[in-house]
Amino acid sequence: MAEDANVKAGTVYHPAEGNRKVKVAASGVDVFYADKQALHDVSVEIGDRAVTAFIGPSGCGKSTFLRCINRMNDTIDTARVSGSIRIDGEEINDRSVDPVLLRARVGMVFQKPNPFPKSIFDNVAYGPRIHGLAVSKDELDSIVETSLKKAGLWDEVADRLDQPGNSLSGGQQQRLVIARAIAVNPEVILMDEPCSALDPIATARIEELIDELRENYCLIIVTHSMAQAARVSQMTAFFHLGHLVEFGPTEEIFTNPRDRRTQDYITGRFG
Amino acid sequence: MTTPVQGHHIVRAFSEELEQLTASVATMGGLAESLVSDALDAIAARDSDLALDVIQRDKRLDTLQRDIERQIIRLLALRQPLASDLRVCIAALKIAADLERIGDLAKNIARRTRELNEAEPLALSKSIERMGRLVQGHLHEVLDAYASGEIGGALGVWQRDDDVDEHYNTLFRELLVCMAEDPHIVGPGAHLLFIAKNLERVGDHATNIAEVVHYAVTGTELLADRPKGGSSGTP
Repeated sequence: MAEDANVKAGTVYHPAEGNRKVKVAASGVDVFYADKQALHDVSVEIGDRAVTAFIGPSGCGKSTFLRCINRMNDTIDTARVSGSIRIDGEEINDRSVDPVLLRARVGMVFQKPNPFPKSIFDNVAYGPRIHGLAVSKDELDSIVETSLKKAGLWDEVADRLDQPGNSLSGGQQQRLVIARAIAVNPEVILMDEPCSALDPIATARIEELIDELRENYCLIIVTHSMAQAARVSQMTAFFHLGHLVEFGPTEEIFTNPRDRRTQDYITGRFG
Repeated sequence: MTTPVQGHHIVRAFSEELEQLTASVATMGGLAESLVSDALDAIAARDSDLALDVIQRDKRLDTLQRDIERQIIRLLALRQPLASDLRVCIAALKIAADLERIGDLAKNIARRTRELNEAEPLALSKSIERMGRLVQGHLHEVLDAYASGEIGGALGVWQRDDDVDEHYNTLFRELLVCMAEDPHIVGPGAHLLFIAKNLERVGDHATNIAEVVHYAVTGTELLADRPKGGSSGTP
């Protein structure tokens, strides 16, 4: 073990690079599904305006942890979350926090694109409407256009906004869903394997988009593709059997991981 | 090359390809070391045939290097090695380049030896040979470190490169004095000077290899403030 890395509660923390503002700070997070513990004592500080990748084998807890960040685990009856998760210092598990408002601040994109059975326009306009973000039709139009542009989809759909969202290709649908997430002005965007159902070209478009979104958002992406984590993220967290094993700059995790389990997973060896 | 990770890849062919790569670099290392050693023997024994043999065997080193480069390009393209595997690939690429240069330097020494053998023997040939054996020892140690993944030997060579530099500086001064005293030996003296310089360069390549081995094994770079010995102003 190199001396310059920090080990707390079994996690190896590489020294942070630069001084990125902390957006999401988790401390001692445990998650149980019924009496089975899915996450053990996860503590991590996730920087703003950066992409953080969660990697690890299936069932390692990376998606479970991702779902803690917008309280998606609330929707599972048997799930119990303890520990602290703060966004900009504010405890999100506090009783006073409305999960619906929280999920507007913390958007989520899933593995399979899930547009509403509505028009392209209404898919993007839905969030701003229910959250009352637009006072006029013009303002709503402008939000939809800006969001579609930020998601890199505007040029492809500008002339057919009234067509159903699910008439688009898979890659376009995923960008539509990203536009929908952006439309409510979130601060954090969670992505759970956003490219696993897409071909390499559509994947490249999403990755390019993720890189652009980094300017304005805190992005957290769960991916099974190590190459994708290496391409899009600045920080990488490796999870194994419900533990956060190692967290550090992506370049270091992929060239010089400190923990044997990280090394074995990344190089494709028997663990 | 053995790194701290000993486990096998889930894709077995990947492990086999990395082992093959390491074996190729080791073969190349053995050949480069034998070229240096034989070039030194050729100086000591004034053996022009052995020197010619060194010149001819250098071609094999070039072929081996191209083969190693092909293996690495294939590994990078098809296996996308990461972490220690990536370091092993990059190390092989760099070490193969150093070994190829060592071969060229040995060849140049052999060429000059054939020229030297046309003239009267010089007393300083012995000092050259001593310096050469020191350099050869360094090369041997770093190649051992590469094969075993034990970085102790590599670190030792890295710290002791100034011994070679000191030998070279001493030889340089002695040769200048000899040539000033007797203009007839300027021709062979110049050859000896270049041979000494070539050996010093072989030492530098051995130091490079030590640094690469250290990086491949530990993932961290040796700091650049290696102890520098000897006087300045020597070419």
